[in-house]
Amino acid sequence: MAEVRAEMVANVWKVVAAEGDHVDDGDTLVILESMKMEIPVLAEGPGVVTKMHVAEGDVVQEGDLIAIIG
Amino acid sequence: MLDSVLVANRGEIARRVIRTARRTGIRAVAVYADADADLPYVREADEAIRIGPVPPAPPAPRHPDPQPARSYLDAEAIIDAARKTGAAAIHPGYGFLAENADFARHVIAAGLTWVGPDPDAIEQMGDKIRARNLMERAGVPVSPGSREPVADVAAALAEADRIGYPVMVKAAAGGGGIGMGVAADEAGLRSAFETARSRAERFFGSPAILIERFVERARHVEVQILGLADGRVLALGERDCSVQRRHQKVAEETPSPGVSAGLRERMLAAAIQAGQAVAYRGAGTVECLVDVDAGSFVFLEMNTRLQVEHPVTELVTGIDLVEQQFLIAAGEPPSFDPAAVRPSGHALELRIYAEDPVRFLPGPGTITEWAEPAGPGLRVDAGYQAGNTVTPFFDPLLAKLCVYGADREQALDRARDAVAAFRIAGPKTNLLFHADLLASPEFSTGDYDTSLVSKLRPA
Repeated sequence: MAEVRAEMVANVWKVVAAEGDHVDDGDTLVILESMKMEIPVLAEGPGVVTKMHVAEGDVVQEGDLIAIIG
Repeated sequence: MLDSVLVANRGEIARRVIRTARRTGIRAVAVYADADADLPYVREADEAIRIGPVPPAPPAPRHPDPQPARSYLDAEAIIDAARKTGAAAIHPGYGFLAENADFARHVIAAGLTWVGPDPDAIEQMGDKIRARNLMERAGVPVSPGSREPVADVAAALAEADRIGYPVMVKAAAGGGGIGMGVAADEAGLRSAFETARSRAERFFGSPAILIERFVERARHVEVQILGLADGRVLALGERDCSVQRRHQKVAEETPSPGVSAGLRERMLAAAIQAGQAVAYRGAGTVECLVDVDAGSFVFLEMNTRLQVEHPVTELVTGIDLVEQQFLIAAGEPPSFDPAAVRPSGHALELRIYAEDPVRFLPGPGTITEWAEPAGPGLRVDAGYQAGNTVTPFFDPLLAKLCVYGADREQALDRARDAVAAFRIAGPKTNLLFHADLLASPEFSTGDYDTSLVSKLRPA
């Protein structure tokens, strides 16, 4: 099980993967936006998205949980 | 002379414009979103008007929020603020509404003075395809590229075959490097086209795409022009902006170490022609690409506003460009003798961004320490101070560290000391990147091109 966390304060612009989706290493889970830059958050290994903790429009702080890949 | 001005911007540029307004006896009005209420520019203005709320509260709505639309992009709120405070003019700074011809028209229709060029000039230059066509007709060199918007992937492929790879793909209405991409072949073009297209719609509200020949060893060099109230157009030297990450400038200098006297003369003459072609008034910038190997240049685009990096030109000419903007907007002659402009010495600008110095990812946060360097030849245009919070809602520019020296070597030495002395704690900053840049052999010798940052920071 892998926890994916935010690297910075940002807005959640797009949620790309849904709970239950199978993802591979490097797949985009969500796209954050901070300081006019889009920052894709990627899966760091294959697995299934067991929990998506954020929704579009949310604000995440550095270290906040974004998703769990099981 | 204008008696009052509202500055429709935030951060360092609002503060810088307010500074000149106050120095020249013009009452300065600031506008601010709640997120910026504590920034220095708000306090330094004679009066400040709130124009928008803090963008999304943490237990946020589920729809993405186009935050700045409610503040610095809110034309009605800004014009209302001018009416309320009796401001006679509006200075747009850069970004936000600065290159929005409709906003400029709206300002003029409200009986206010627009501190900028004629709205028609903004419009003609705002579309990069139209601007290229216009420049070509005016005799300014342009690179091989689209003469009309590229509608779809098939059209993009056909255009690239005609122009020849590699090509640069960008939004015709775009800016700030957003969505720009280089394609070396058909597969690359398919993906670059899709990226540019989606960014163009999202950020610039227009899907129009432009394709032009990509120059491999290029320097990005721009010319500062000034269209005077009497119709003359002056060129005040060039700025080299080749140090870029994600197609956005990080450091600039003047004069350009990569431009010979002959090339400079031709570029300045072309920039004057470009300005004359649109009857340009006020401060503007003609951006060019210089092919290092061929020693030639092509027109890229014209920015119809004050440029972020304008201080380097001010440092070598002694001319306050914002003061000239105010004078020209009031129909008055400039404060200097156009025949006596002799740039001397060397100037650098280092953009201090709230981002990590390796991957350049944004790192907003609350500033717990802020100590600017001071000394001969140093000028710091800062948007923040200790205690301020850098929010994720706006661009990452914290401050511009500007350095003057009698020659390039002295400017670089002073810059190295200044970067080491600048202390910022809280948000991430790219100060360490600037230390590496100033220590690199490429930058030290001046022999660099737009690929420099990717060489210093290989992925």
